[in-house]
Amino acid sequence: MTVTETRAMLSVDAERSPGGRDRGPARKRRYTEDQVPLGRVLLRMLAGLVVLAIFILPYTIMFFGSVKTKAQIRSVDPTYFPTEWHWENYINMWSTPETPLPQNLISTIVISVFATLLVLLVALPAAYYTARFRFPGRMVFLFLVIVTQMLQPAVLTSGLFRQFATLGLIDTWAAMIFINAAFNLSFAVWIMHSFFAGIPKEVDEAAQIDGAGRLTVLFRINLPLVWPGIVTAIVFTFVACWNEFAASLVILSTAGNQPLSVALTKFVGQYETSWQYVFGVSIVAIVPVVILFMLIEKRLVGGLTAGSVK
Amino acid sequence: MSSTTDTSSNPAGAASGRPRPGGAGRAGNAPGGAARGKPGGRDLVKALPWIAPALALILGVVLFPAGVMFFNSTRDISQSGVDKGSVGFDNYVEVFSFPYFWPIFLRTIVWVVVVVVFTVLISLGIAQILNKAFPGRRIVRLVVIIPWAASVVMTTMVVYYGLEPYFGVINKFLVDVGLIDTPEGYGWTRNPMTAFIWSIVIAIFVSLPFTTYTILAGLATVPSDTIEAAKMDGASPARTYFTVVLPQLRGALSVAVLINIINVFNSLPILKVMTGSIPGYDADTIMTMIFKYIQNQHKVDVASALSVVAFLIVIVIVAVYVKVVKPTREV
Repeated sequence: MTVTETRAMLSVDAERSPGGRDRGPARKRRYTEDQVPLGRVLLRMLAGLVVLAIFILPYTIMFFGSVKTKAQIRSVDPTYFPTEWHWENYINMWSTPETPLPQNLISTIVISVFATLLVLLVALPAAYYTARFRFPGRMVFLFLVIVTQMLQPAVLTSGLFRQFATLGLIDTWAAMIFINAAFNLSFAVWIMHSFFAGIPKEVDEAAQIDGAGRLTVLFRINLPLVWPGIVTAIVFTFVACWNEFAASLVILSTAGNQPLSVALTKFVGQYETSWQYVFGVSIVAIVPVVILFMLIEKRLVGGLTAGSVK
Repeated sequence: MSSTTDTSSNPAGAASGRPRPGGAGRAGNAPGGAARGKPGGRDLVKALPWIAPALALILGVVLFPAGVMFFNSTRDISQSGVDKGSVGFDNYVEVFSFPYFWPIFLRTIVWVVVVVVFTVLISLGIAQILNKAFPGRRIVRLVVIIPWAASVVMTTMVVYYGLEPYFGVINKFLVDVGLIDTPEGYGWTRNPMTAFIWSIVIAIFVSLPFTTYTILAGLATVPSDTIEAAKMDGASPARTYFTVVLPQLRGALSVAVLINIINVFNSLPILKVMTGSIPGYDADTIMTMIFKYIQNQHKVDVASALSVVAFLIVIVIVAVYVKVVKPTREV
């Protein structure tokens, strides 16, 4: 079903519904739909609860683990819940022999922040212009953007590794900032493109007739309207960079340069893994990005519809 | 920037006589709908300042490395990174003559197909639940996001810990409910087969949020009038779902499947954590094999050859998929 067809259906429905005969029953149905029987509501809540429990389970295990002592977490007969709550883990975990975690955290933050800024700086003008103006090669450009969306750093790692080695940028934050920005660019362009395309052109025209320049139109008229799209793009990009793994694994070889995602894997397969610290760091790394994602939850659906489900 | 009316670069669609479809979603409004006149070279020059930075990033950090990769796949590169000249297709010969290549290839297909199929089926169910009104739905919807936002490495590590013999809590739970006999548990992550199966479970789990949300977005576009009409015609809920709702989800599903195929094929962290410490090649996919060539064997040339193979596989999958399913993406 293409968008046009869907829309045609919608407009057919819109035309039909004001018609007299089926309006009455439809309204009645809707009324009863609101008055769902209590039993069914409880059933839905139960189903919702099951979904909630499944999705939160790994992170509950993580959290409980993060406050156990090493003896507790490696006990041969483990307890599901912590018997004592050792909050001091959240302080002690930053100095472990496996990897310099404070530096890993700084690394994650620096790479994510600068990659996100770069994406915004580069994607916003492109999204605006391709949504608003026609020029030769516009389709080629948008095709390139889609192609990048199909590609991921993982499949190009060997090429990236050689290229940045030649440039002398191997094992630097700069390399990962460029890589993260490049591979998240398409998503940002796409989402913001859709938001720009959604603003009626009449708005721009009216402003231009009133004598506003193109940049004025962009910053004063369009940006406030596409702000939700920009926030969505920022959050998506930031979270993706925050969690990036494959390229960082190969590009960043010095322990202190690596982001948390790579650094934490060093705990796996150790003779005596300090799982409580792994989980403490994981909780610290996960909570902020989960909150960010939840902030755009309402737009997540809309953003996705705009971005890909066309 | 000129503010005057330059006809050759008028705002796209400005002259459009078509009525704007109202309310049906702004997403699909063809940008540049019906601009007057053909855009010319001057328009490209005008566009460059706006798109050049993006273009530079795509060319420099995506397409150029891809070229480097293709080139390197025909070179002999020493462990220290010195290019020793062309070797033709020797690297490809090494890739294909590796005794574990075809098992790895088949395992990659199983990995992608099983994960994507189960992800979509389970997501359809979850989306159906989250699309109904009930108290607390908002909280459930928010919680469903967590595996999406959380690092896949970290999600995988908690499962890895949970499956550890003796002290893992998932293991203990399986012992407690009687699914495992031995109290010390089972070496889930020591055995390639079981580690791979658990990796599939994790991959499905972390793919659910995106898929569920995409389907929810699709469900939001299903006109409620149509569903009501089907109900009034006496269709059962199941029949309504399969004949009215599911066809409307076609667009959402095809995009979700496509993006999931690419993501799952390219997925590294889950298998890296779950099976990375198992010796041998009995739990590898093409993607983990590429990283074994780079990191363990320091053969960037052979890794490049395998990457090219992976790259072509992705292209073929996407092309076949787009040809067969015709996702409704319009530029």
